[in-house]
Amino acid sequence: MMLQVTGLTKIFGGLRAVDNASLGVDEGRIVALIGPNGAGKTTLFACIAGFLPLNAGRVEFLGRDITGLPVHEIARAGMVRTFQITQPFAKLTVHENIAVGAYQKFSNRAQAWAHAQAIAEQVGMAHMLAQPASELTVAGRKRLELARALATSPRLLLLDEVMAGLNPSEILEIIAIIRQIRDNGVTVLLIEHVMHAVMSLSDHIHVLSYGKIIAEGSPQQVVSNQAVVEAYLGRGSTANDAEADAAAGATHA
Amino acid sequence: MTSTLKPVPWALHLTVLAIAVVFPFVFPSSFMVNFGVMALFYAFIGQSWNISGGFAGQLSFGHVAFFGVGAYASTIMQLRFGWSPWLGLPVSALAGALVGGVIAVLSFRAGLKGSYFALITLAFAEVLRIVTNSVSFTGGGLGLLIPMKASATNFQFAERIGFYFVILMLAALSVALAEWLRRSRFGAQLAAIRENEDSAKALGINVFREKVKVMLISGAISGMGGCFFAQYFLYIDPLVVFGVDKSVEMLLVSMIGGAGTVYGPLVGALLLASISDITRVLTQVQGLSLVLYGSLLVVIIAYLPNGLIDLFKRRRKPAGGQA
Repeated sequence: MMLQVTGLTKIFGGLRAVDNASLGVDEGRIVALIGPNGAGKTTLFACIAGFLPLNAGRVEFLGRDITGLPVHEIARAGMVRTFQITQPFAKLTVHENIAVGAYQKFSNRAQAWAHAQAIAEQVGMAHMLAQPASELTVAGRKRLELARALATSPRLLLLDEVMAGLNPSEILEIIAIIRQIRDNGVTVLLIEHVMHAVMSLSDHIHVLSYGKIIAEGSPQQVVSNQAVVEAYLGRGSTANDAEADAAAGATHA
Repeated sequence: MTSTLKPVPWALHLTVLAIAVVFPFVFPSSFMVNFGVMALFYAFIGQSWNISGGFAGQLSFGHVAFFGVGAYASTIMQLRFGWSPWLGLPVSALAGALVGGVIAVLSFRAGLKGSYFALITLAFAEVLRIVTNSVSFTGGGLGLLIPMKASATNFQFAERIGFYFVILMLAALSVALAEWLRRSRFGAQLAAIRENEDSAKALGINVFREKVKVMLISGAISGMGGCFFAQYFLYIDPLVVFGVDKSVEMLLVSMIGGAGTVYGPLVGALLLASISDITRVLTQVQGLSLVLYGSLLVVIIAYLPNGLIDLFKRRRKPAGGQA
């Protein structure tokens, strides 16, 4: 198990944003974390990557307890996240943005810049290297987030909605890129709302609703899970709602 | 928009250096050499601000704290302990770095950013001014007078040209440092921190450590500026070396010239020194130069937000990205 999260709980005031969530990510796979809006997916990501302190629980990465470590140490250990709301280095060019990531691996300028160029080619940004990040489209910024994280040569990438706001052809491109990243030996944990992408990409899916993990399994197992359907569509959307009462308590007002 | 990690061509460095070296021989009058000394001095302390404020984005209003500590450290070692004023340069660098490091650790540990960091640095500088004003060790409000003993071994030159080459060497070193920041991993990490701290952290950059490092470097440069100032004017007092106006001048030459650029502080310093000398020769009005300088700042912020250095870069057509 590359990443093992056990009983993670994050409380904001009176809200249990993440409630006793446990999940594991096997090496070499693409694992998805899905759930309705506001389920706590991004909060869970932030807790795993060290951006938020936990109220309870434990995060193990590569067999080492990383709970409470500072963000940069977790990143150096090989787990790097991207941001749902893209955070580019706006005044730097695309090449420079990626080079900042590459410098984490290479201290030599020529090597870092060459590595950044190779990464840009891999994610299809080679033609916009000289463009300032502030001038990129949404699709460009999402790709830059991915490229910058990838340039650090991570073992595990946490991708937070890299497909949101992209058009269908851009989504197809990024799906291919993510597959290729996995094939190159990088494990991927992603949050995604674009369902057909999740279904075609993921080897394994965890479903979060109201801060709790309500289901996990292969894509086929998850879509046929009663609790998951309810969490997304609400109760009464299926015939046998009596059985479903016991499941997740996903009550939509 | 100009890239901040692109190296400046060597030809430009050599040209600027050559002009600076021949300047005092082409214009040997005491007035012009003094102009050159002041311009290089402001370029030097402006570069100190630029390295932390421009390159790393940590805007300080109190850089004079490092400057003043450097001036007092070298002067006190000289007057009370008989140290050579040349030793004052490393001593003041250490003192400036120490104060820079302490302020950085305290404020960055507390998570102060942006205007809060600017205010806390201003507060530290004011505290230092008031303390030096009230203890006898520093000569209090009377200040310290360095006895005139003109000789090169004493870091005092009968001719201003001696000072000119000392400050030229210091300014050249500060430019070399800025150029190194453009080319190095450290510089790239500082640019990342300036643009977005969360992203920098997420990529594995130890934001706190790099910010403390840059304040140590910047403090050391300001401290040496203070030592030079003391040797040039042979007199320091709390108001002169810890005054807010010097902090503002450091920040202004950098911002007017172009913060985060290698030659921004030099461009801004040349302008500040010119305005200051011209208004002094033509009028008797006190402080007119700062009024003019302030007005110019307003115009520059409105039309050239990246500083005067943009005038030279506007000619280059921005690289048109494919859609």
